[in-house]
Amino acid sequence: MPRSTKKKEGGQDASTRPFWSGTITFGLVSIPVDLYPGNRDTHVGLRTLGGDGAALQRRYFSEKSGRQLGDDDIVRGYEHKKGKFVIVTDEELDRLAPEKTRDIELKRFVPLEDVPPLYFDRSYFLVPSGGSSKAYLLLAESMAAAGKAGIATFVMRGKEYLVAIRSDRGILRADTMRFADEIRTPAEVGLPKKTKANAAKVKRFEQAIRRASKRTLATSLLTDEYSEQLLKLARKKRNAGKDVVEVEVEESEKAEVIDLMAVLQKSLKAGGAGAARRKRAA
Amino acid sequence: MAARAIWKGNLKLGRLAVPVKLYSAITDRDVHFHLLEKRSRQRVKQHMVHPETGEEVSSEQVQKGLEVEPGTFVILKEEELQKLEPQDSRDIELLQFLPPQVIDNQWYERPYYLGPDGDTAGYFALAEALEKQKKEGLARWVMRDRRQFGALWAQDGYLTLITLRNADEVLLPKDLPAAPKRSATAAELRMAKELIGLLEGPFDPSEFHDEYRERVLEFLEARAKGRRPKLGRIKTRTASRSLESDLGKSIEAMRRARKSKERDVA
Repeated sequence: MPRSTKKKEGGQDASTRPFWSGTITFGLVSIPVDLYPGNRDTHVGLRTLGGDGAALQRRYFSEKSGRQLGDDDIVRGYEHKKGKFVIVTDEELDRLAPEKTRDIELKRFVPLEDVPPLYFDRSYFLVPSGGSSKAYLLLAESMAAAGKAGIATFVMRGKEYLVAIRSDRGILRADTMRFADEIRTPAEVGLPKKTKANAAKVKRFEQAIRRASKRTLATSLLTDEYSEQLLKLARKKRNAGKDVVEVEVEESEKAEVIDLMAVLQKSLKAGGAGAARRKRAA
Repeated sequence: MAARAIWKGNLKLGRLAVPVKLYSAITDRDVHFHLLEKRSRQRVKQHMVHPETGEEVSSEQVQKGLEVEPGTFVILKEEELQKLEPQDSRDIELLQFLPPQVIDNQWYERPYYLGPDGDTAGYFALAEALEKQKKEGLARWVMRDRRQFGALWAQDGYLTLITLRNADEVLLPKDLPAAPKRSATAAELRMAKELIGLLEGPFDPSEFHDEYRERVLEFLEARAKGRRPKLGRIKTRTASRSLESDLGKSIEAMRRARKSKERDVA
């Protein structure tokens, strides 16, 4: 479900503001947290430029009058009958979520390997907020020690999520998952019924698998060759002074990442230091 | 109703090959909205406009530019872009096999089922071999003019292929600051672990439902009929003051709930 049309256009807030703020509850312990995306959508950013090299902007127009529309002229509608819409605001959608569903209530802890890969969708890093870093670190440490992930459902920005909260080197991550009814079964897809495999054939595949087995993933394998080639070509043309234009730009993707690190560092440090001081005083 | 295959390929593992079809493994159940003009309640159109003149720029006049350093763009022509596209191929090359979870789920993007395309025996033999070896395969192929990476995984006897994000789309833990040393007391840690233990169980996806989706749809239908459904208020929560006492009370409550459940069963 798209949120609003207003994000990013202004340019400056996306880098420091969390994607969402909420509370993890673990028994009676509540831990306010901010969520930051752990994935970025774009790889190399190809921008749309005009014939004269100016960076073009995406704008909305009235289908009826052809008039250009500002953010305040646009609403969101749900098509309940063909051509008939019900208007709804972000605030109304937020208020439709019952109080408790806005909390990430850890009701169950499961071995992470129990979750089939098909379920996972996106990752978010969690940062303690509102003086919660002591409880945050305690949860991260005890989950890591138990080798478990906490499962919860919660509503964020107009959508309910199934999520696995896990500890990743002492930092909490929220990995969103699909609901069971969003995943097709092999029967629904129309795959044939399982048949008993020929033992000799299985053996041959097993041998081939063993031969190609590794213990670790070389993430360098996953570099985006296409993006690298694009960059190479662009640099070559720049050095040759061909098709180069100067363009005013909004903040780059990179700033977003660095800011998240700074936020994490600051927020974790603040809590840690505070806790240490309290201990000494006691 | 059987789904339609979106692509056909040839899984290649050394000298072995299994012809397969790709099917989307997910169904979109999101509630979708349209952007509308407030006044007319009609749909809106999107156009690219020139930043200075505000005039619409037609798609024939548009060019693609790549930022080589902040503010400096190099224009890449359509022919140049096409030349960089990888060569078409039907091969899904299996590069290596890894223990489960070595590929962190942060990399996973979109899941597909693979179905047999002619060689059913080979298909189920590969699925069984993967399950027996408890391995996940790393695959590479070209689809829709892009090089793709994927994780090959056997789920309940069927092959699934989950596309992976590129290295620059994933924020890795090594990019993050190290978490500070623990500040919890031994007692707090013991109690937190005990509480986790009390809530332990297998992952059962049928336990969880998207109830909010239903509420949103009900609300929209009610409003379509001209009703004004009631909405809640939003409050913010504060952090726990005393971890030890909150953990203690949680453990007690969990134990009491368990006991009364056991009594009910008996």
